[in-house]
Amino acid sequence: MNIETRREQFHAPNVVERLLSKLHIDIPLFLCLLIISLLSFVILYSAGSQDIDLIIRQALRVGLAFLLMVVLAHIDPYQFKHFSAVLFGIGIILLIAVFLMGYTGKGATRWLDLGFFRFQPSEMLKITTPMMIAWYLADHALPPRPMQLLIAGVLIIIPTLLIAKQPDLGTAILVASSGAAVLFFAGLSWRFLLAIFASLSAFTPILWNYLLHDYQRARIITLLNPEADPLGNGYHIIQSKIAIGSGGVYGKGWLGSKQSELEFLPESSTDFIFAVFAEEFGLFGCLGLLTLYLLVIGRCLYIASQAQDTYSRLLASSLAFTFFVYVFVNIGMVIGILPVVGVPLPMISYGGTSIVTLLAGFGILMSIQTHKKFIPG
Amino acid sequence: MLISNENKPRNQANDFSGRRRFLLTFIMTCMAVLVVRGIHLQVFKKDYLQDKSKYVDTVSISSYRGIIEDRNGEPLAISSPAPSIIISPKELLKDDESVVVQMEKQSQKLHGGEALSASQKADVLAAYRNEKLTKFRQMEKWLNLPSGKIDAILGEKKTKSFVYLAKKVSPGVADQIKDLKIAGVDIRREFKRFYPSGEVTAHLLGFTDAEDVGQVGLEQKYESRLKGTDGKKRVIKDGLHQVIADVENISSPVPGKNLVLSIDQRIQYLAYKELQNAVKVNKAKSAALIVLDSKTGEVLAAVNQPSFNPNSKQDLKESLYRNRAITDIFEPGSTVKPFVVAAALEGGYIYRGNFFDTNGVFEVDDHTVRDVHNYGMLDVEGVLKKSSNIGVAKMALKMPVNYFWRMYSKLGFGESPATGFPGEASGHMPDAKRMRDFDRATLSFGYGVSVSAMQLARSYTALADDGILHSVSLLKRDEDIDAKRVLSQKTARTVRKMLESVITKDGTAYEARVDGYRVAGKTGTVKKAGAHGYSPDSYFAVFAGLAPASDPRLVVVVMIDEPSAGQYYGGLVSAPVFAKVMAGSLRILGVTPDQENTMPLLLARKGG
Repeated sequence: MNIETRREQFHAPNVVERLLSKLHIDIPLFLCLLIISLLSFVILYSAGSQDIDLIIRQALRVGLAFLLMVVLAHIDPYQFKHFSAVLFGIGIILLIAVFLMGYTGKGATRWLDLGFFRFQPSEMLKITTPMMIAWYLADHALPPRPMQLLIAGVLIIIPTLLIAKQPDLGTAILVASSGAAVLFFAGLSWRFLLAIFASLSAFTPILWNYLLHDYQRARIITLLNPEADPLGNGYHIIQSKIAIGSGGVYGKGWLGSKQSELEFLPESSTDFIFAVFAEEFGLFGCLGLLTLYLLVIGRCLYIASQAQDTYSRLLASSLAFTFFVYVFVNIGMVIGILPVVGVPLPMISYGGTSIVTLLAGFGILMSIQTHKKFIPG
Repeated sequence: MLISNENKPRNQANDFSGRRRFLLTFIMTCMAVLVVRGIHLQVFKKDYLQDKSKYVDTVSISSYRGIIEDRNGEPLAISSPAPSIIISPKELLKDDESVVVQMEKQSQKLHGGEALSASQKADVLAAYRNEKLTKFRQMEKWLNLPSGKIDAILGEKKTKSFVYLAKKVSPGVADQIKDLKIAGVDIRREFKRFYPSGEVTAHLLGFTDAEDVGQVGLEQKYESRLKGTDGKKRVIKDGLHQVIADVENISSPVPGKNLVLSIDQRIQYLAYKELQNAVKVNKAKSAALIVLDSKTGEVLAAVNQPSFNPNSKQDLKESLYRNRAITDIFEPGSTVKPFVVAAALEGGYIYRGNFFDTNGVFEVDDHTVRDVHNYGMLDVEGVLKKSSNIGVAKMALKMPVNYFWRMYSKLGFGESPATGFPGEASGHMPDAKRMRDFDRATLSFGYGVSVSAMQLARSYTALADDGILHSVSLLKRDEDIDAKRVLSQKTARTVRKMLESVITKDGTAYEARVDGYRVAGKTGTVKKAGAHGYSPDSYFAVFAGLAPASDPRLVVVVMIDEPSAGQYYGGLVSAPVFAKVMAGSLRILGVTPDQENTMPLLLARKGG
């Protein structure tokens, strides 16, 4: 028991603190998320051609997602741990179901058509994969032995491949990184990490030649030289760079984005919404948004550091890291330093699935933060 | 679920906080990469990217400013298209290299991949530059600029993207330049305000600034009415801010409304010419003249000296464009005497047959009122005819202060004539409560009160229109709804009749006579008030009159400031101007003559 915890024992919680602990809400995290959500409505209004219906639809989704977060925050982390394997198993089964009889839209098979709505099981895996790995490793001594690592690796690769096959490279990357993050925090030795990195590099030509789809290869070529095909593959990235660059330091002001107005910029309210934001709010706006994201990530890492059991700590760390990957991959792609993969800007892009998954993850984090148990005197 | 009893890390010290620190460093590094990239795009490549951005913009289509016309539809101020030529040195200098690249690409397409050799490239560039220079010389010729002017601008203002090459050129030249199709040369739709009558109406109309906004005069006063509403259209522009395509018309430009003035351009011109001449002959400092239609209160002419040319206003002094007839005030002197007589008659304080003893000197409150000569006994008409200060002073002293004051006030002294002209003067009236006898006496011969020429002319409408005081208007109108009776018909007619005697051989203003018409009027020779009291040798020479006296149609007021060529009497300096302007105006308006004795003279002049 460290001194920090001891001190907390003697601190008599006041009424507000008692109430907050009843609500199981982590105030700093909640506030940051709320601000980002409100900001998202502001940007969406501009990016989505000032369609107020679109904002209302999104607001309903965000509201439901917040509700889910609060509900999850009330569940004891022990329960998550308890059902980790079951949830993971269900997720894999659903992915296989997608593979066999999924709904195909826009050239990808990602959804299960449940009649009244379409469900995207891969989203679920963003959370259940780290839960699974954390559960598996938490019951053994750390750092994991080679055999455990091998099993954990397989557990990560199965959903990743199933998702990559849909194809949905963005989600696959997020699922893989969420699992890998658990391994990293479980104390995977640096030597091992280097070995993986080296073998992955060696693996690249195989990946390039045999595993990537043509369009994925094209996207990477595009990243390196967008002007090679300005009206085809390079179009997205050129338009997005123009939008961002023309925003300058101070931006053109809200509703001042000119690139999205005439639909020069594709996907302006989903994956490429950051370009609209950057055009309207400039460099300062971008720095502000990055700061907000960093606050969220920082708070999540703090929660992880305060977690009182291995499962919680591993899971929290992984969720924090996944959120970061989310932000980095999206912005990196929009500003042209990463290839175009379909990852939305977390909490801001239009769409319901990703925000539900994200807030579910934050719900679990809040649960971890607010269900701490202390050794009595 | 306690750390201490469950799956404790093998090494107690290692709770992997080092991993978190590493991760934190990693995250911050990645974020730093994003920020660096952001700065790269938004700061360093901003211009380049902005140039490439196509965007939708709303541009305005400028509208015509309304025309100002005189009462007969003659244009006094019109706007004509006068585009400006704008160049962007930045762009003109930039495109050399890119043109070579483009040509190279084209030739590659045509000749199948063969790249141009260095010498070929140089040839292409040289040919292109030559062509451009030829176009520059051509433009300079059309715009009457010295040869090489454009190159000089390009050298001086390399980084500017907006330089006026020529302002307000003719539309034909602009079209020619447009046809040259040089990237970086732009035509801006603008208008030039033109005043056909130049200095004649300069004070009245005022002028507009470079942005076509009225600055002084009626252009300023009626800005909102004259100004059109610019149209708007949505266009797509490229990064060089050139319009590529029209998207939609949001609103069409609505031209401003026309303004019809009460001014009669013919009378205005005549008045201007005569006043200018009088100022020259009398070596006067300045002058103002008003012609009113005494039936409607419309201003038919309002002119001033000195004037300016609104079409080429260069180093204009504020004093030049002041509309003195409306904005400057002076003491009216003897020209108010008819109103003293009218007030006294109206109130029953004197009768037509009364005689007044004017011995040349009259003591009031330890002050002395003097006349130019000793006129002896004068009847009421005689007082006006000889312009006796003593006579009117005695009449004024017969009236109660308040009654006398109210009469001046009713005539519009001390009250704005409400033409709405910017800077319009209201004049000055002393306070009735503090008025001593001597003040009342001086007031009766027009000192201690000050008016503008417009106010004085307005007050004379009461005499002209049988006792009805008119409001004055600079805009054309059919009738005066603000007219009010201030004198009885009988009084007005009596005084008018008496004023006809002023224009006789032994009156003070024989020079004011007009052949064929009966004229009534009054002179005023007013000592100018300076910083140290009244000046002994500088005067305002004033004349106010109306004609035809039987059924007056026009009121004319002439005010000449500091005539210094010898003559300074209103009857000698201003009355001749009055006569010429009145005669011309009556003829222009086709007013029936009412003076049989001099009618042959009129006919003879017409015939010859």
